[in-house]
Amino acid sequence: MPTKPEAARAPRRAEHDETLLSIRDLRVHYALRGSSLARLFGRDVGTVKAVDGIDLEIAKGEVLGLVGESGSGKSTLGRAVLGLAPITGGSIAYEERRIETMSGRALREVRRNLQMVFQDPSAALNPAMDIETAVGHPLRIHRLARGDELRRRVVDALERVGLSPADQFLTKYPGELSGGQKQRAVIARAIILDPVLLIADEPISMLDMSVRSKLLQLMLDLKADLDLTYVYITHDLASAKFFCDRVAIMYLGRVVEIGTTEEIFADPKHPYTQSLVGAIPDLDPDRSTPRDLPRGEIPDAASPPLGCAFHPRCPQAFDKCGWESRDLRVLLESHWTTVPEAEYDAERAIIGDVDALDLPDHVAALPAGRGHSGGDVERVLDTIHAADPDEPFWRGVRQRRVVDAGVGIDFHEGEDPALRPAGGVQVACHLYPPPGDAAGPPPQPKE
Amino acid sequence: MAVMRRVLAPFRETVGFSRWMLLAGIVIVAFFVVLAVGAEWIAPYGYAQKSADGVDFPKLAEPGGDHLLGTDRLFFDVWSRVVWGARTALEVIVLAVAGSMILGLALGLVSGYVGGWFDRILVLVMDALYAFPPLLLAIVFGFLLADKIGAGVVSAALSLTVVYLPQYFRVVRNSTISARESTYVEAARALGAPGRTVITRYLFGNVIHSVPVIGTLNAADALGTLAALGFLGLGIQPTDGADWGFDLSRALDDASSGIWWTGVFSGAAIVLLITGLTLVGEGLNETINPVLRKKRLQKIRREETIR
Repeated sequence: MPTKPEAARAPRRAEHDETLLSIRDLRVHYALRGSSLARLFGRDVGTVKAVDGIDLEIAKGEVLGLVGESGSGKSTLGRAVLGLAPITGGSIAYEERRIETMSGRALREVRRNLQMVFQDPSAALNPAMDIETAVGHPLRIHRLARGDELRRRVVDALERVGLSPADQFLTKYPGELSGGQKQRAVIARAIILDPVLLIADEPISMLDMSVRSKLLQLMLDLKADLDLTYVYITHDLASAKFFCDRVAIMYLGRVVEIGTTEEIFADPKHPYTQSLVGAIPDLDPDRSTPRDLPRGEIPDAASPPLGCAFHPRCPQAFDKCGWESRDLRVLLESHWTTVPEAEYDAERAIIGDVDALDLPDHVAALPAGRGHSGGDVERVLDTIHAADPDEPFWRGVRQRRVVDAGVGIDFHEGEDPALRPAGGVQVACHLYPPPGDAAGPPPQPKE
Repeated sequence: MAVMRRVLAPFRETVGFSRWMLLAGIVIVAFFVVLAVGAEWIAPYGYAQKSADGVDFPKLAEPGGDHLLGTDRLFFDVWSRVVWGARTALEVIVLAVAGSMILGLALGLVSGYVGGWFDRILVLVMDALYAFPPLLLAIVFGFLLADKIGAGVVSAALSLTVVYLPQYFRVVRNSTISARESTYVEAARALGAPGRTVITRYLFGNVIHSVPVIGTLNAADALGTLAALGFLGLGIQPTDGADWGFDLSRALDDASSGIWWTGVFSGAAIVLLITGLTLVGEGLNETINPVLRKKRLQKIRREETIR
């Protein structure tokens, strides 16, 4: 993806004063479906917090990027704005109208102004409906046009998105179009109602490289022509850099950093943002940037880590970040993947059952195996510590208590960081204490 | 248009053996359709006619002469009964299949889309219906309906509708449930489409394709059940129409006394029509059912490609 030079982008940053959409403490939680037995007895099997307390303001005319890995809740947030995801709490106000309380007719009325472009253009079009009917259907649903007028507006929308001559596409079925053409048809269907806000959920991720930049350019042209506001959902930071005025970085249902595109890319604050920005592929083979990719996978949203949700993967985490028993298990197991088999067998015998560590707690008890004592366990922990003294885990350990039955580990009490201003952006990270906080800089500042 | 194309696609896509099965089936069924439609002109006498030009028909006359296939013990002309029977059979089958298809499609779509308690209750009822042996269920409904609206084409068709409804319901409901989760349905909701529009414009066209095959397979089954109903005296009364099953049961006594023509022809008609319908159904099934389907690659000969 060619990235436009900075200078060319600058004039696009107009003044965005008027708030179009205002999201307050939005939560979307899904109840997990447990076994049929658990459902029968109504036992609570937990919830997945897909979106967990998000505040956002979207100004008229801006392009806001929602960036995050799979499972970060970015798509759910976009769908919640359209009333397509069940809202558990909080509020979404579109021009003072509260979307979360609407239903049926009122919601359909608002949807004329809020439209969506989907990730997979092949799935977003009804395979049994020709392009003319599909693109014109919004007008029929809202009874805005019919007959010749309908056809004229469909042709107009198709020409606008670059499907011209439109006559050639009217009678086609989605199966007869290419991916790029289908996505253009989806965009045509979205703009035919003359909407105000367009939510684009990874609109280019399923397309060929060759048509991606053309589609983004098309969307920018449409924005200028039709006075649109975009929410651009993506995992691709490079396209966000090209496309967005502001970027919100999401992690496990939260916004961890939000600010203007320039600032986020020039000086990423949150360690997660730093690693994402570092992961953008660089086309210059001679220039190798250190890739500080986050280790491991995005955690299970059904039982997120205590404290800061990013701490298990964070290279700069320290005592306040919410260390807990599950991190100990991960530490042990990742250590065991690196040692020779004989050493693993020996250490595995010394340490007893580690399943109890799966219960998240700031206190962890590591039992000794049969015929071993707490001292042996302590020695294993010392070896692991000595092998990698920089491991952030050890910063979280407050004290270790060696007893006969094993080793008890007390962690520092963690704290869930809230969004706070840092520089020109907002960031949710303990590395940037809120202004007026006496705690001072963290003990392990970034290099 | 699109819907028709999708419905007819399986007919066009058949190849090889299944195409021959389909073709043979269509020929057989077409023969009976001709009999049914042209019964007035093809059959020499009416289905309940005992005399012509003031002359009574002989009882149990052998085939030949005035009566091509003889007469039975009710003085009816056997050939006329066979021809009129085709009309009755096809009327009942068409009504029953259309009835269960339309009802099953509508209920399946709504149940699959709405979900929740409505869906659960319907599924429970349909499963209960499906659990009964078809004949038993048809007998029970035939019995009840004969009491209410009289034993005729409509009551027979209705009792068969009830028997075959669950199959359509299940198939349509299940494909509706999977289609409901698709992005284009979500897209339709994002456009502001009310549930009615989503069902008729977005789901209907995408779940309809499996229905015709069940239709043809069921038609064969329905004919068997109809014959059984008639045999048990719960079908169509002889004065209301010709019923092959009824004729067969009348012919039971004749068989032991060496009178073969009263039973053989109506029995053969049943077997032949069932065979025809089954061939159509199986021929289609091979192309629609992905487990059975073999997509063939056309072999291209060298010379053709070079030129």
